[in-house]
Amino acid sequence: MHALWSMIVKEFLQLRHDKRMIPAMIIGPVIQLLALGYAANLDVTHIPTVLVDQDRTPASRALVERFTGSGYFELVGAEDSPGGIDPWLVEGRAQLALVVGPGYGAALAAGRPARVQVIADGSDSNSSTLGLGYASQILAGLGAEIAASRLTATAAPVGRYELVPRVWYNPDLKSRWFYVPAVLAMVLMLVTMILPSMAVVREKEIGTLEQLIVTPLKPWQMILGKLAPFVVVGLFDMLLITGLVTGLFGVPLRGSLLLLTLLTLLFLCTTLGLGLLISTVVNTQQQAMGFSVYVLMVPMIYLSGLIFPIENMPRGFQLATYVIPVRYYANILRGIFLKGSGIGVLWPDALALVAIGVTVLGTAVLRFRKSLD
Amino acid sequence: MSFKKLWSVAWKELIQASRDPLSLAMLLGVPCMMLLLYGYALNFDVRHLRLAVQDEDRSAASRELLSSFVNSTYFDLVADLPAGADLARFTERREAKAVLVIPLGTGEALAAGRTAPLQLLLDGADANTASTALAYASALVGAANAARQSEAGGRVEVAPVAYEPRVWYNPELRSTHFLVPGLIGFILMLTAVLSTALSVVREKERGTMEQLRVTSLRPAELIFGKTLPYLLISLTATVLILVAARFLFGVEVKGPYLHLFLATLVYLLGALGLGLLISSVADTQAMAFQAGSLVSMLPAIFLSGFIFPIRSMPPVLQAITYAVPARYFNVVLRGVILKGAGLESYPRDMGFLILYAVVVLGLAYVRLARKEV
Repeated sequence: MHALWSMIVKEFLQLRHDKRMIPAMIIGPVIQLLALGYAANLDVTHIPTVLVDQDRTPASRALVERFTGSGYFELVGAEDSPGGIDPWLVEGRAQLALVVGPGYGAALAAGRPARVQVIADGSDSNSSTLGLGYASQILAGLGAEIAASRLTATAAPVGRYELVPRVWYNPDLKSRWFYVPAVLAMVLMLVTMILPSMAVVREKEIGTLEQLIVTPLKPWQMILGKLAPFVVVGLFDMLLITGLVTGLFGVPLRGSLLLLTLLTLLFLCTTLGLGLLISTVVNTQQQAMGFSVYVLMVPMIYLSGLIFPIENMPRGFQLATYVIPVRYYANILRGIFLKGSGIGVLWPDALALVAIGVTVLGTAVLRFRKSLD
Repeated sequence: MSFKKLWSVAWKELIQASRDPLSLAMLLGVPCMMLLLYGYALNFDVRHLRLAVQDEDRSAASRELLSSFVNSTYFDLVADLPAGADLARFTERREAKAVLVIPLGTGEALAAGRTAPLQLLLDGADANTASTALAYASALVGAANAARQSEAGGRVEVAPVAYEPRVWYNPELRSTHFLVPGLIGFILMLTAVLSTALSVVREKERGTMEQLRVTSLRPAELIFGKTLPYLLISLTATVLILVAARFLFGVEVKGPYLHLFLATLVYLLGALGLGLLISSVADTQAMAFQAGSLVSMLPAIFLSGFIFPIRSMPPVLQAITYAVPARYFNVVLRGVILKGAGLESYPRDMGFLILYAVVVLGLAYVRLARKEV
C-alpha cells in the first residue's frame, strides 16, 4: 500500500512539475465551453436577403414588410431584375433573394394566384432550409388571411384541427441546452483519455518506464498510480464545467449532482481504459496523439449523438454507436441536467458503461502487463 | 537561402515521416474516414422520428390523421399508448421523441364544425430535432385542415399567394455539399498545425534540434525545410478528399482547379506558420498538442462557419472569427467548389488569408530565428 501511495504522489508531483499542463487542464476546458456555449447555435435569424421588387405596389410593399417584420430576414440590398441576384449569392453578401414579379398586386386584386419567388443559396444547406421554412410560413399566413377575407359569409363553418404543442425539459427550444452539456463529455475525453495515453508513452520515450519496472511496484499499482491523478483532474473539470454550465449558460441541473459524479466515474473507467490501451499500441507521443484524436475521439464525438442526433444516421452507423461509451454518457448528461432523471431511468446506460469499462480496462491492463514483461 | 540545403532538410524530414507509417497513414487515412462519417452518418435532416400516439377518440377522423403522419415518412409510429399512460416517463426514457394526443370527442367536434385541439408533446432536450418535428406536425395538420375545407366546400381553394422556392448551387439542399468544403478547411488546419508543431518540438525534446542548429543551415532553410513535407502531405490529403467527395457523394468542383489550389496553398502556409509559432512556445509534445488543438481544432470547428452559422453568434464571438483563417477559407472554398466562382469574387477573403499567412509566418520566423543566436 505504501508503494502505491508513493507512486501516486510521484505522479502528482510530475504533473505539477509540468507547469504548463495545469493551465491546459483548466483553461482549455473553459475556453472549449465558452466556444461551444456561445458559438454552437443552429438557430438563424436576420438572414441577409436581397430584394427584387418589380411590382412596386402597396401590396408588394406589404409583403416585403411581412418578411422584414418577422425578424428572420434582413434586407441588405435591392436589385431591379432577377439577373442581378447572382453576385450577391456568389459572394455571400446575401443568403436569400426575395423576388416579387411584375403584376403581383394586380393578380391579388383580381383574385388570381400571385407568384412570389424565394431563391436560396443552397451551399449553406442548414440555414437555407430554415430560411425557406420561415418564408413558407410567412407566405402561408398571408395567404390564409387573404383567403379568409375573400370567404363569403354564407359558407358553413368547417371543423378544424388545432395543434397545441407542449415542449418538455426545454420549453424555449434553445439549441444551446442540447450542446452545452456535451462539452463535459468532450473535455473528459481530452483530459482522461488523451493526456494519460501521452503521459505513459512519454515515459516509454524517455526510458523512465524501465526504471519503474525494476522497482518493486506491482503492475496494477503502477497503472493505478499513473491513472489516479487524471481521475482527480477529471472530477475537478466535471465540477468546474457543471458550475459554469448552470451559472453562465442557465442550463438547469435538475437531477442529483451526486449521481452525476458517480456516473462520471463510470465513464472515466472507459476513457482511462482506452487511454491506457492506446499507450500499449503506440510508441511515440505523436502517434498517441494522432491515434487518440483521430481514431477514437473524433469518431466517438460524432457517433455519440453529442452533436448529430443518432436517429438521423443510417442503420449501420446506428448499430456502431452501441459500442461507443460516450453515447451512454450523453444520455446520462442530458437525463440528469435537463430531465432530472434518477438511476431508475438511467440504469441501462450505467450498466452499458460498466460493461464497456470492464472490457476496455481489463484488456488494457492485460496488454500493459504483457508489454512490461 | 540555398535551395539545395532546404531540400536536404525537407528530404530528411520526409524520410523521418515515412519511417513512421502509422502517423503517415493517419495523416492521409483520417481525412477520408471523416469524409465518410460526414457524408453518410452526420446530418441534421430529420426523418423517421419516433412518435407515440395516445388516441382516446378512436374515430374515423383520428385514424385518418394518424395515417397521414405515418405515411409522411417523417414519423415512425412506435407505440399506441392507452388512456392514462404516463407520458412524461415515456419520453424521459427516450422511447419516443414526440407523443400525439388525440382527445376524446375530436371526431364529434370536427363533425359539428368546431375546433378540435390536438396535443403534441415534444422532448425538448434535443432542441433542433424538436423544432423540426413541430414544423412537420404543423404542416401535416395544416394539410389535413386544407383537405377538410376542400371536401366540405366542394371547391378546391387556390392558394392566393403562390410560393415558389428555388435553391441554387445545391438544389437538393444536401448537407454533405455544405459540409465537404468546411471539412477540408478543418482537416487541413488540424493536420498542418499539429504535425508541424509536433515535428519541431520532438526534435527539441530529443535534443536533435541543437544538432541541426550547429550545422551550416540558415534558419530559413531549416524552417521551410521542415514544413515543406507537411505542405505536400496536406495537399495530398486535399486531393484525396476531393476525389472521394466526387465519387462517393457527387460533390463536383465547379470552379477552376487552379484557383482552388492557390487558395488552399495560401491557407496551408498560414496553418504551417501557426504550427511553427506553437513549436516556438511549447517545450513538450504534450504541450504542443494541447496548444495546437486549442488554437486550430476548436476555432476551425466552431468559429469558422463550418457547421454553425457565424451570423447567429454573439457580437464578441463574431469579432473573434475575423482572426480565424478557416472562416475566409470556407467562404472561398464553398464559392469555388459549389458556386463555380473564381477567386476574383472574393478579394476581401483572399486578402485576409494572405495577410494571415504573412503575419504568422513572419512571427514564427522571427521567434525561431532569434533562438538560433
